[in-house]
This record gives sequence, structure tokens and C-alpha cells, in this order.
Amino acid sequence: MDTRRGALAVPKVRRVGFFTPTEPPPESSQRPNRSQSGPVEATTSSSPLSDSPSGNLISPVLIPPSRHHSDNLTSHAAAPVPVPGPAAFRRYLAHDRSLHVGSYNAPDSLLGTSPPSSNGEFSEDSVSLFGFQRSDSTKLSASFPNGGFDLTLAVRAPQESETIIETASASEGKKKIAEVSGKSESVTTKPQKEKEPKSLKDKTTKAERRAIQEAQRAAKAAAKGEGKRHADESVEANPGKAAKKPQPKKERPPISSSVSEKTAVAVEKEKRMDVPQTQMQYDDKSRVDKAKRRAVVEQTETKNKVELFLHLPQYERGSQLPNLSSNFFTLDTIHHAVYKVGLQHLAGDISGDNARCIAMLQAFEEAIKDYTTPPMKDLTMDLTTKINGYVSFLIECRPLSMSMGNAIRFLKNQIRKLPVNLSEPEAKASLCSDIGRFIDEKIILSDKVIVQHAVSKIRDGEVLLTYGFSCVVEMILLYAHEIGKKFRVVIVDARPNLEGKKLLRRLVSRGLDCTYTHINAISYIMREATRVFLGASSIFSNGTLYSKVGTACVAMVANAFSVPVIVCCEAYKFHERVLLDSICSNELGDPDAVANIPSFSTKAKQSKMMDNNKNLQFLNLMYDSTPSEYISMIVSDYGMIPPTSIPVIVREYRRENLLL
Amino acid sequence: MWRRSPSFILDRTSSSPPMAADTTRAPQNPDSISAYYQTRAAHHGVITSEWLSQAQAAVGGVVSGDEHPVSSLNELGNEKSFNVIEEFNSWRKQPDLAEAVAAIRALAAVIRASEATTMMELEIELKTASDTLKSWDTTSISLTAGCDLFIRYVTRTSALEYEDFNSAKSRLLERAEKFGEISCKARRIIAMLSQDFIFDGCTILVHGLSRVVLEILKTAAQNNKLFRVLCTEGRPDGTGVLLSSELSKLDIPVKLLLDSAVAYSMDEVDMVFVGADGVVESGGIINMMGTYQIALVAHSMNKPVYVAAESYKFARLYPLDQKDMAPALRPIEFGLKIPTKVEVERSARDYTPPQYLTLLFTDLGVLSPSVVSDELIQLYL
Repeated sequence: MDTRRGALAVPKVRRVGFFTPTEPPPESSQRPNRSQSGPVEATTSSSPLSDSPSGNLISPVLIPPSRHHSDNLTSHAAAPVPVPGPAAFRRYLAHDRSLHVGSYNAPDSLLGTSPPSSNGEFSEDSVSLFGFQRSDSTKLSASFPNGGFDLTLAVRAPQESETIIETASASEGKKKIAEVSGKSESVTTKPQKEKEPKSLKDKTTKAERRAIQEAQRAAKAAAKGEGKRHADESVEANPGKAAKKPQPKKERPPISSSVSEKTAVAVEKEKRMDVPQTQMQYDDKSRVDKAKRRAVVEQTETKNKVELFLHLPQYERGSQLPNLSSNFFTLDTIHHAVYKVGLQHLAGDISGDNARCIAMLQAFEEAIKDYTTPPMKDLTMDLTTKINGYVSFLIECRPLSMSMGNAIRFLKNQIRKLPVNLSEPEAKASLCSDIGRFIDEKIILSDKVIVQHAVSKIRDGEVLLTYGFSCVVEMILLYAHEIGKKFRVVIVDARPNLEGKKLLRRLVSRGLDCTYTHINAISYIMREATRVFLGASSIFSNGTLYSKVGTACVAMVANAFSVPVIVCCEAYKFHERVLLDSICSNELGDPDAVANIPSFSTKAKQSKMMDNNKNLQFLNLMYDSTPSEYISMIVSDYGMIPPTSIPVIVREYRRENLLL
Repeated sequence: MWRRSPSFILDRTSSSPPMAADTTRAPQNPDSISAYYQTRAAHHGVITSEWLSQAQAAVGGVVSGDEHPVSSLNELGNEKSFNVIEEFNSWRKQPDLAEAVAAIRALAAVIRASEATTMMELEIELKTASDTLKSWDTTSISLTAGCDLFIRYVTRTSALEYEDFNSAKSRLLERAEKFGEISCKARRIIAMLSQDFIFDGCTILVHGLSRVVLEILKTAAQNNKLFRVLCTEGRPDGTGVLLSSELSKLDIPVKLLLDSAVAYSMDEVDMVFVGADGVVESGGIINMMGTYQIALVAHSMNKPVYVAAESYKFARLYPLDQKDMAPALRPIEFGLKIPTKVEVERSARDYTPPQYLTLLFTDLGVLSPSVVSDELIQLYL
């Protein structure tokens, strides 16, 4: 049963990939975890393998190099089986599947009563295996504050953790005793149990570590004893701790603890840099609060949020803009060019992925030009943190699009790869030229290539349907008209942005034959269309198209009418992630835009009434995802490719992209 | 792409005499009928064992065939000094060589005969030669694709870094030879790969006259597999009639169907085998008219559709629908007199989208349709 549960927990444990195995466990969440598992260990501490289920679940990650293939087979699943007798026999049995299964069901307590007693080779292997696992399992839970076993409480609410600590430290004492007894036992019992002393040794080191952490915790608690809201609690807790402390403290000098703390912090930082930045989940209260404290832009959250989209940022629009623009001249951390772009994003002056990306890159270019390395600092490091600051500011203004994420990644890579011996002006110049090249090659030139390819698919007498506004599609239509193709355009538009009007204006002024309609009429108008051209915000590696909301609807209707759907997308927008729905990753627009209908005469009154209605929520989604089976072709700078080939492009060219 | 050709599969078996059919051609380019179709027609007119034996005897020399006067047919190629077309046609006289392979051989000859002194010159020369070949018959996909692939394969090499031009050139020639070799072996490789898919007691529906499919069936018969073949009639060329006569010589039970009887007999079919004129980037195929229809029927009845195609037929085309490619026109005999007001659909081939195909047997291995694009991307970009 236990093993079952363990197996379920595997996905959490899998995240270990981001973790450096040599790292000392970070102190914050480590303690409570330890202390909670303490009692459990204490009861079964006579058998060091008692937590093998939890060990089992990581074993796929940490299988030690096998000396013998059967060892390898048995080590993670069958090793704990308490079969008395010669090792050879056991190995032999281990091949048997029934035994294998049995080992899963075998209660762990059995282990303690009869640990495998024989053959140094085998037991040594398993010992080292479990030694690793133990230390690592704690690390794991530590590295993922809420990914631990049942400790989210302790992590989320510090004031509560104190009380837990108290009980924990009490149980710890118990555990110590148990350990000691275990040691004495092992000393007295047969020497062929190689496992016991080893794991015990492991344990003592763990005890030491625990002691260090406790010391750290105590120091921290003392430092922030005052001024915090749980001051009284900590004061209460501290004496208790202090009483328990001296024992471990003796074992190691306090200096080492501070050193380890430092390294822990450093490693933590490093880890944070290594872990790909995931989107912040806005339904995670504590994180949002933390982010808010750092935020430059003060956003007020909307009142009536849609339940399903709580994880997305949703703010009231318009209120903060005047405030921000008045701040313009008192900037210190944010470069004015970046600030300007941020404001433009916020106000919606720049829309469209390419435009946003170009504006952002140009702002960065300007910021880099004005940048001087502070004394005693490294350009590579400092500039990266600067850029990170800018990026988080931009995110506050408006969530980044995938393509902007790719561009930022490119820029950071470029910074990281700067030769060390480059002087500052040279480095800056090279970065600026890199940015310029990215804009030229990846956006402007690739648009031209796309236009060339796409035009070859337009024949005379066709009716091309497009949705919303996409600058590439506009270029294609204009170019096709220019070279004298005879065709008609149907522009399908949707509220609330009505971006199609812009396209309509431009096309009509060039003399194209256009039809303008809203998406409500899509199934009617699709009958006429012979090709559907769509723009994209991003395409994911499973071929899913991520684009303006409504695109999926158009693509699906086109598919139902068996009209080919052509997606035009620059390759820098391809993303190696996989997207299955439109919920996980999306952006929420201004809900008022949905609520307010311009032609309503009693608009103000109406919206006011609606605002106050608790049972009414407005959802203004910005993007949706179109599954790949509704896409006939993707036109990118690598030519015309089927959606199934996106991963190939990403795989083959991402590396090159970074090299660029 | 070519590096990982599963040609090793041939090493396991004794090399059997190559079986194929090719002819010379006599296209006196009439205006409306595509050169592509003429090639096919010429092939179909003579693809009999008798002719093959004759042709095989005549390999090396001029084809004795009274029905094939090797006419001077290169109106387009004549202005070019070294005559690619002539070279091309001389290679085509070998019965076993497909059009694309002949083109590859001809281009290799261009390299050999070249008097260029720099790499750039040589490349330009090669390019013009291949353009000449391509423009000579614009409707043949495999010819175009073969030329493209060859240029890609030959010039994408580190040979350009060689300082000595002669060694670079010999390097190119080496690669060209290798390419030609692989292309020649392709049919055998495909036949070997496909054997795992033919099981005893199965019924195979075949459409069109594909040399690869014929090779597959022949190999299966040689391996003592017991199977039955249904041949579509293949109007208007009667390709099915020719194929069935070939198969009956091999003692394979064969049944001839009307083209319109495909759906009727589909429930007794276990798998569909077709060849391909070209494999396009989406993973779909362009093949003789009627393939799409058969694939649709097979798909709706959940029968696998297997395509046998050599990798030199992979083309960087992406048709979105049937009308999206240059049509290859052909004359159609209806027997009766057709009033002049009646229009006749004369296109010789259609496009089958990838979702109706199960697997592609190529000399790169057995591929699913979506892998075609991956291969093409890796090769061309």
C-alpha cells in the first residue's frame, strides 16, 4: 500500500532534475519535514531501510552503477525482500516476477526484522543505494516547499511552524535515543550486518546536519525576533529550542553552520537561475504578496474573478496609468526606454506580437547603450540582473508573449556568451548589433520569406479568409495584390478589440476587394472561402497554435468546411513547450471591455449595476489554442511545413538560434 | 539522410537479378500533353517481359527497339554545350534505371566532364545542368526531386574547404557515385523492408503500375509467401492489365477489377499497396489518378494503405488540395464519340493527403507520413 502511494508521488519527485545532488539542504522547509518524519523513523529505527518506499520512488533517478546485472535488477525493487539464505539464491529468485510483485507488497517492517545478511557485494550496493536515497528524499522535499509530503502548512504559515518545531524537537529527542539504541544494537549484533553501521553513520551525519539547521534557525529567529508579527510566538519557541540546542551545537562549531548557510544560499540562488522561469500562479497567495512588494506598477485586482482563471493575473485597467506616467521622471531602477515600452504595453498602444517584441528589444538596446557597469561588478552578471529587472517590470505591465520570452532568452544567452576579455564598450556594441540582427533576421527578413512562400499558394479567383489582424497576413495580401493576383478577402472580426477594422482600412485603401464580417457569421461566410490565412502568437512543439482568441473557432469551422487553414508564423515564435488547453497559459484582458457595449445608451448605469453584481463575472480571454489537426500548413521562414514538423525545427534550430 | 540508409538489409540476401521496367522514350512533345505523361505512356506501352529481355540484351549499346527511335528530342537542352539531356537519355536506356536515377547519373557525368577550375564555377555548371533537366520535363516530380536532392547531397559537403580543387572534385564525384548507387539499390531495400508486412493468406490491392510495388510482390513470391493480389484496371492506360500479366507469370493469384469496383471489393482486402510519383512535404503522395479515391475507401474501412517510394521521390512541394499542383494531362479514350461541348478531365494524377496513408516504405526505412517532412527539413535546410 505504502509503495503504491509512493508511486503516485513520483511526478513530484521527478522534478529532482533541477536539483544539484551535492547541495546541502536549504534550511527553510527542511526542519519541519525532518521533525515530522522523526517519530516515524524513531519507531522503526532499528531497520535503516525502513523508509525504503520513499526511497523506492526516487530509485529510477539514482540507480547506482550495477556491478552485476542481477544486482541491478534487484536493487530497487527486490532488494528489500527479506529472503533468508544465500545471496545467489535470492538473486535467482529476484528474476522471478512473482517475487518481484511480492516485494512491492511486502511490508517494510519485515526488513527490520531480517535484514539481508550476506554477500558483501550485494548488501553494499543496496546500502549505498538507500544511503543516497535517504539523504536525497529529504533534499527533495526541501527543494519543493509545497512539494514535500505534508508540510505545506508549515511552509506557508511561518507562525504555525514554530509550534510544530516545538513538538518536532521533542520528538527529535526521542529519536536520538532510538538511534543510540540502534547503534548499540548494531554493535552488539553480528558484524556481518554491514548495512547497519554504514547507515548509522549516515544517520549521525544527518543528525549533525539537523543540528546545523537548527542552529541556523535559532539564529534567524533571534535576529528577527522583534518587529515580526509572530514575535511572541517565536519568543516562546526560542527558549524551548535553546534548551534542546546545546547538544547538537557541541558537535560542530557555529562557524561552519554560517558557512553552510552561505553556501546554501548561493546554491539556492544558482538553482533559481537554473530552473526555467515558470509562469507565476496568481492563486498562490504568498507568492503574489511577495511579488507585489517588489512591484513597480501598482495594480489593483479586479473583484469578480472567474473561478477557472484565478491563476492568471487580473487587474483593473486604467487606474494606474496616470500615476505611472507621472513617475516617469523619477525613475531609478528602470531605464526610461523600457519604462516607456512598459507603459505602452499597459495602455495597449502597442499590440501585435511582432511589434511588442521589436519595441521591447529596441528598448533593451537603448538601455544597454546607456548602461555602465558599476564598480566592482561584472558586466555579464550585472547586466543580466538588470535585464531581469526590466523583464519583470514588463511582465507587471502586461504578461509577456511567448515570442518575447524567446527573444529575451536569446538576449540573455548573448550576454552570457560574451567573451570575458571584451571591454565594456565593445561588449555593449556587440550586444546592440546582436539585437539589431535578431530583429532584422528573425522578424523582418523572415516575414519577407513567409510572404514569398505564402503568395505561391494564392491562385487567381480565390477567396481568402482571415481573422483579426496579423501583420504577416496583411503583408501577404498586399504583396499578392501588388503582383497582380486576383482575389477577394473576407475579414472576420470579433469584439471587443475589433482589430480587423485596421486591416480592413489598410486593404481597402490599397484597392483590395474586401468583405468584413463578425465571427458570429463565420459558418455562413466560410462557404465562400477557399483558403484561411491566420497569424500566430506562438506555435508549440505539439503543433498547437496559440493565437488571438477566436482563432480556434475559425480554424475548426474551416476544417468542417474542408477549407485549408494556413498559419503564418515566424520561426522565432516556435516554442518547445507543449500546450494542451487554453487554460494553463493565457492572458486576461480588461473585463470591462466585454461588459461595455459601445452602442448602449445607458452604458454607465448598466456597467455600474453589473459591477456590483456578485454573481456576475466577466471573462475576457486574450488567447486560445488550436489543436494541430485543424491546421493544414504552417508557413515559416523554413518554408512550408506541416504542424507535425515543429519539433524538428525547434530541435534542429534552437541550438543554432542560440548560437546565432 | 543517405547516411542512415538501411541498405544493410540487402547484405542478408543473395542479390537476385533486378527486375524492372523502363524504356527509352520518344516524346515528340505535342502541345497539350505533358512530357510526364508521355514518359509513362512510353513505359506502359512496352513494359513486358519480352521487351525487358530484349532491352537487357541491348544494354550498353543502342536500344535495338524498332519502336523506339532515339529521337533528337531536346529542344530545350540543345543550346547547352555539354548535353545533359543526351547524357540523361543514354542512361535511360538501361531498363533498370528510374528517371531520377538517370538524371543523377547524368549530373554526375556533368561533374566529370566539367572544365571548371573553381568550386563556384562547378556548382554553377551543375545548377544550370539540373535546371535544364528540370525544365525539360516540368511535370515529373521525381526528376525534379532527384536533381534537387543530388545537388543538395553533393554540394553539402566539407569538400568546399579543400584547398586543392581536384581533390574536391574527386570527392564530389565520389559522393555522386555513392548517391547513384544508393538510389539504384533503393528498390531492393524497399522490397526487403516490406516483407514483414506481407503475411500468409493476405489479399493485397494494388493500384497503378509501380516498379517498386512489383519488386515487393516479386520478392514476397520468392520468399514463398502465399498471398492474393487484386489489380485495378487502371484506365485509361490499362496499367492493371499489364501488372496482372506480370504477376500471373510469377504464379501469383491475381484478380482484375474495374476501377469503380474498389469499394465493392475492399472488404476482402487486407492492405493496399501503391507506388508514388512524388512524396510531398506533408507526407502525402502524388500518384496515378485514383489513388486518393482508393485511400479514402481504405481509410473508411480501416484497411492500411502502404506506399512504396524511393527517397529520391521526396519533393519539397506542399499541395493543399488537388488543384494545387501543375496538372499532368493525358489523352483519354472513351471508345464512344464524345461531343465537343463535353469537357473531359484529363489530369493523370492526384494528391493523397497524409491522413489517409498508413506507412511509407522508403529506402530510409519504414516511415510514418509525418516523418517525411522531418527528413526533408534535415536535408534541405
